[in-house]
Amino acid sequence: MVQYPSIDWLAISPLVILLGGTLLVLVVGALTKVWPRGLYAVSTAALSAAALVVEMVLWNRVGHEGPVSIINDALAIDRFTLFVWIGVTIATGLVSLSTADYLRREDLEGPETYTMYVCAAIGAMIMAASNDMVVLFLGLETLSIALYVLAASHRRRVDSQESGLKYFVLGGFASAFFLYGIALVYGAVGTTNIARAGQLLSQQVFVDGDDALLLAGVALLMVGLAFKVAAVPFHFWTPDVYQGAPTPSTSFMASVGKFAAFAAMLRVLTTALGARADDWRPVVWVLAVASVVVGSVLAVVQSDVKRMLAYSSIGHAGFILIGVEAAGHAGDQDGIPSSLLYLLLYSVLVIGTFTVVTLVTRSGDRASDIGSFRGLGKERPLLALAMTVFLLAQAGMPVTSGFIAKFSVIKAAADNESYAVAIIAMVASVVSAFLYLRIMISMWMSDAESGDEAREKVAVPWTAGVVVLASVVFTLVAGVFPGWLIDATRDALVVVR
Amino acid sequence: MLDLLWLIPALPLAGFVIILLFGRLLGEPKAGYLATAMVAGSFVVAAGVFFDLLNNPEEERHHVQSLFSWMPVGSLKVDLAFLADPLSITMVLFVTGIGSLIHLYATGYMHGDPKFSKFFLYLNLFVFSMLMLVMGENLLVTFLGWEGVGTCSYFLISFWHTRESAATAGKKAFVTNRVGDWGVMMGMFLAFGAAGTLSYEGINHAAEEGIISGVTATAIALMLFIGACGKSAQLPLYIWLPDAMEGPTPVSALIHAATMVTAGVFLMTRVNPVIEVAYDWAPTLIAIVGVATALFAATIAVAQNDIKKVLAYSTVSQLGFMFLAVGSGAYVAAIFHMVTHAFFKALLFLGSGSVIHGMHHEQDMRKMGALRLLMPITALTFIVGWLAIAGVPPFAGFWSKDEILLYAFAKSPILYVVGMITALLTAYYMTRQVIMVFFGEARWHDQSDEHGAHGDFKPHESPATMWMPLVVLAGLSIVGGAMQLPFSKDLHFLEKWLHPVVEFGEADIKGTWAYDNKYVLLGIAIVVALSGIAASVLVHGKKKVAAIEPQVLADGWHYDSAISRFMGGPGRKSFDAVAWTDRVVVDGAVNGVGRVVRTTGSFVRRAQTGAVRNYAAGVGLGVVALLVWFFLRGVVL
Repeated sequence: MVQYPSIDWLAISPLVILLGGTLLVLVVGALTKVWPRGLYAVSTAALSAAALVVEMVLWNRVGHEGPVSIINDALAIDRFTLFVWIGVTIATGLVSLSTADYLRREDLEGPETYTMYVCAAIGAMIMAASNDMVVLFLGLETLSIALYVLAASHRRRVDSQESGLKYFVLGGFASAFFLYGIALVYGAVGTTNIARAGQLLSQQVFVDGDDALLLAGVALLMVGLAFKVAAVPFHFWTPDVYQGAPTPSTSFMASVGKFAAFAAMLRVLTTALGARADDWRPVVWVLAVASVVVGSVLAVVQSDVKRMLAYSSIGHAGFILIGVEAAGHAGDQDGIPSSLLYLLLYSVLVIGTFTVVTLVTRSGDRASDIGSFRGLGKERPLLALAMTVFLLAQAGMPVTSGFIAKFSVIKAAADNESYAVAIIAMVASVVSAFLYLRIMISMWMSDAESGDEAREKVAVPWTAGVVVLASVVFTLVAGVFPGWLIDATRDALVVVR
Repeated sequence: MLDLLWLIPALPLAGFVIILLFGRLLGEPKAGYLATAMVAGSFVVAAGVFFDLLNNPEEERHHVQSLFSWMPVGSLKVDLAFLADPLSITMVLFVTGIGSLIHLYATGYMHGDPKFSKFFLYLNLFVFSMLMLVMGENLLVTFLGWEGVGTCSYFLISFWHTRESAATAGKKAFVTNRVGDWGVMMGMFLAFGAAGTLSYEGINHAAEEGIISGVTATAIALMLFIGACGKSAQLPLYIWLPDAMEGPTPVSALIHAATMVTAGVFLMTRVNPVIEVAYDWAPTLIAIVGVATALFAATIAVAQNDIKKVLAYSTVSQLGFMFLAVGSGAYVAAIFHMVTHAFFKALLFLGSGSVIHGMHHEQDMRKMGALRLLMPITALTFIVGWLAIAGVPPFAGFWSKDEILLYAFAKSPILYVVGMITALLTAYYMTRQVIMVFFGEARWHDQSDEHGAHGDFKPHESPATMWMPLVVLAGLSIVGGAMQLPFSKDLHFLEKWLHPVVEFGEADIKGTWAYDNKYVLLGIAIVVALSGIAASVLVHGKKKVAAIEPQVLADGWHYDSAISRFMGGPGRKSFDAVAWTDRVVVDGAVNGVGRVVRTTGSFVRRAQTGAVRNYAAGVGLGVVALLVWFFLRGVVL
C-alpha cells in the first residue's frame, strides 16, 4: 500500500494554471487554423497574469501563516519561492508579448514557442521552490530541455540550430556533474532533502578528512549551478548560444534562466550547506570576481550586440554572485535580499533591452552587429530613448533600477567587509559603462553610411511597444522608489528550514 | 520662501521636459528664451531663500526639505532631500545667476545652429543636475547631480560631434571623469561604513565628535579628493579640460569655467570637518596638488595660441588655487575665489566667444589683433576680466587670490612662493592674450581668402543678447571683491555668512606672521601682478622698446620659447610616447584580447565539434579546480 502525500492545491495552483493553460493553448492551437495576430502571445500573457494573481494571494497567505513545506517536503512555499515565482511569471508574460510579432516576422507563427516558454517557466518555478535536491534536478531538466528547444527554434537559421546543439551538449555535461553531486551529498548526509540536510550538517562534526565525500559533492553541485548562471569559467556556452538563439529566446534565457539558477543556488548553498559556508564562500568569491572581470572586459571588444549583451550578462551574474558571497557570511541579512533584488531588476531590464534588439535585428534576425543601431535615434527616437534608459540602467546609472541593484549587492559586500570584491566590481562597472556607451553613440551620434537607406525600417508592433514601455516605467520607478521592492526582498529571508 | 526650495531645481527640470517634448515646435528663439527664463526663475527663488536665511539667526540658517525617502532600508536611509544652508545657497545663487546670463548669451551665440533647441535642452538639464549636486542633503543626491553634470558635459563637449576632435574630446572627458567617480563612490561607501549615514550633517557631526577615526577620515577625504581631481581638473586628471574647449563657447563658460569644475572644491568644503580630523598630511597633499596644478597649468597657458586654450589652462590654474585654499584650511577663501573666478572667467570665456563669433569662428590669436576698435564693448569688458584675473586691485580676483595666499603663507611659505610665481605668470599670460587679441596690428586682413564666403572679411561687434551678459559680468568682476575685504572684521561678509558651515575646518591663522603682516603681503601681490603685466607688455606689446631692456625681453622671450619648445619638443615627444603607449599597449591589449577572442571564435566556429569540445574542456578544468579546492579544504586544512 503506497502512502500518497496530501497535496496543498492552492500552493501549487500557479503551476497548475500555467501547465493546464498552456496545454490547452497547444492542443486547441494544433486543431485550429492559425490564430489572429498576437493571440497566442496574449493568451500566454493572460495565463501568466492569472498565475500572478494566485501568487499574490499566496504571498499574503505565507505572510500570515508562515512558510510551509508541501507534498512530503518536496516543495517549500515561502516568500523566497514566491518572490522568484512572481519574477518568473512576469518575465514569462513580458517575453511572450515581445515574441508575438517576432514569430510572424520570421514566419514561425504557432503556439509551440509559447508552450516552451511556459514549460521552462514551470521548471524554473520548481527549481526555486524545491526543498529536495532530486526535485531540484527535475526542475532543472524541465527548464533546460525547454531552453535547448527554444535556442534551436528558428528552423531556417543555421546559427540557431548550432546554438541549440551546443547548449544541449554542454548543458547535458553540466547536468551530469550536478546529478553526481547530488549522489555524493546523499552519500555523505543520508538525505536529499535540502532543509533536513541543513539541520543535519549544522549538528554534525566532521573529523579530519571524513567530509571528503560531502565536499566533492558540494563542488559538483556548484559546477552544475555555476554553469546555469553562466559564471566564469563555466560561461563558454553563453556568447555562442545567446548570439545564435532567436532573440526573444535569448531574452528568456537571460531573465528566467538566470532567475531560476540563482534561486536554486541560493537555496542549496544557504539552506542545505549553510553550515559549510566557509568552504564554498571562497569559491563563490572567485567565480564572482572572474565573472565580473571577464564579463565586462570581453564585452567591450565585441562588435555584435547580442554577443556584447551575452558577456554583459556574465558580468551581471558576477554581481549577483557578490550578493551570494555576502549571504555566506555568518549572520548576514543582506546577501539574499540583494541578490533577489538584482535578479528581478535585471530580468526586466534585460527583457526590455532584448526586445529592442529583436526589433532592430529586422527580418531574418541577423542584423545584430552594432552598425544596425546606427541612426536609430533619428529613425525611431522613442525606441532609441527607451534603449538608452536600459543601457544606462545596465551601466548602473542613478535614478534607474540598475543603480539600486548594483548598490545593494555592493553594500551587502561592504557590510560583510568584502571590500576587495566591492572595489573590483566597481572598477569593472566603470569598464563596462564603455560598452553601453558604444551602443548609445551608435544610436544617437553615428552618421548614416552608404547603404543605410536600403535597410529595412525598424517596425515597432504594439505588443513589443507595451513590453518596452512597461520595462522603461519599471526601470525608472524602481530606480526612484525602490523602497517597497527592497522591503519585499527582505521578507524572503524567512525560508523553510 | 524656504518652503519653495524644491522649486529651484524643479524649474530647469521643467524647462528640460518642455523642450524635450516641444523643442522642435518652439524653434529657434523661443526655446532659448524659455530655458533662460527657467534658470532666471530659479535665481529669483534662490534669492528669496537667501534673504529668508539671512533673516534667521546664524545657528538657524539650516533648512532641510525632504521630498521622499529614496531608499528606506534597515540601517540605510537615504532621502531625496535638499539642504539650504549658507554654502549651498551661495553656490545656487552664482550657478543660477551666471547660468541665466550664459543662457541669454547662448541665444545669440547659437543663432542659426540646426540643433538650437537641443542645445538648450542639455543646458537646462545641466543646470538641474548642478543644482542637485550643490543642494543635495546627502552624498547620494550630490552623486546623482555629480553624474548628471558629467553626462551633460559629455554631451555638450561633443555637441558638434561631426567634428572628429569634438567627439574624441567628449570621450576623453567621460573616461577621465569615471576615474574620479570611482573615488567618490569609494568615499561614499567609506563614509557610510564609518558614520552609518550618507547625510552631510551626520558625517560631519560624526567627524566633529570623533566617531570617525583619523585613518578613516583620511581615506574618505582622499577618495573624495580623487573625485574632486577628476571633476575639477587637477593633476593628474586635468587632461580632459583643455580638450573640452571643443564644445560651444557658452558651454565652456558655464560648465568648464564657472560651475561644474568647481564641484570638487564645493565637495571638499562640504566635508571640511572630515578633512580636519584626517591626518595632517592629507590637507597638505591637497594643497601641494593644488599649487602644483596651478603652477603647471600657468606655465602651459603662457605658450598657447588658441584663445580658448589659454583660458582653459588658466581655469585649471585657478582651480589649483582653490585647492591650495582647501588644503590650507581656507575654505572661505576657496568659496570666495570660486565665486569671483566664476564672474571673471565666465566673462573672459563669453568675451572670447564674442571674439570668435565676430571673427567667424577663428580661434587662433595670431590671426587677430587690434580688435578693440571693431568690438569696443567686448574689448572693454574683456579688459575688466583681464585685470580681475591678473590680480590688480580693486578688481574682484585680487582680493580672493590674496586671501588664499595669506592662508597659504600661514601654512607654509613655500606654498606661498609657488602661488606667487603662478600669480606672476597669470598676469603675464593674460596680458599677452589681451595684447594679441585687442591690441597691436590687425593680422586678420590677409585672412579674407579663407573666409571668402563672407565677402570682404571684417570682424564685427556681437548682438545685444551677447554683450549684455558681458557688461553685467564685468560689473560683478569689478565689485565682487566687496564680499570679503581684508581691512576690517566688519568687512568679512562672506566669512560671517559661511561661518556655520566651515566653523570646524577653517584654519585659525591669527597670531601667525602672515596675519600680522597681511598688508605687506598685499603690497607684494600688487607688485607681482603689475610686474607680470609690465613684463608682458614689454615683451608682446612694445617689441621695439624691449631693445632698451634686452634682458627683460630675452628672459621673457626665452621663457616663452622654452615653454613652447618644451611643449613642442620633449613635451610633445613624451605626449607622443604616452599616445604611443595608449595606442600600442593599451589599445593593443584591448584589441589583442578582442583579436584573440575573435580569432579563436572564428577558428573554433569553423569546426563545430571542436568548439563544444573546447567548451567542455573549459568546464572540465573548472570542475578540477573546484574539486582540488574542496579537497584541500577537506583534507589538508
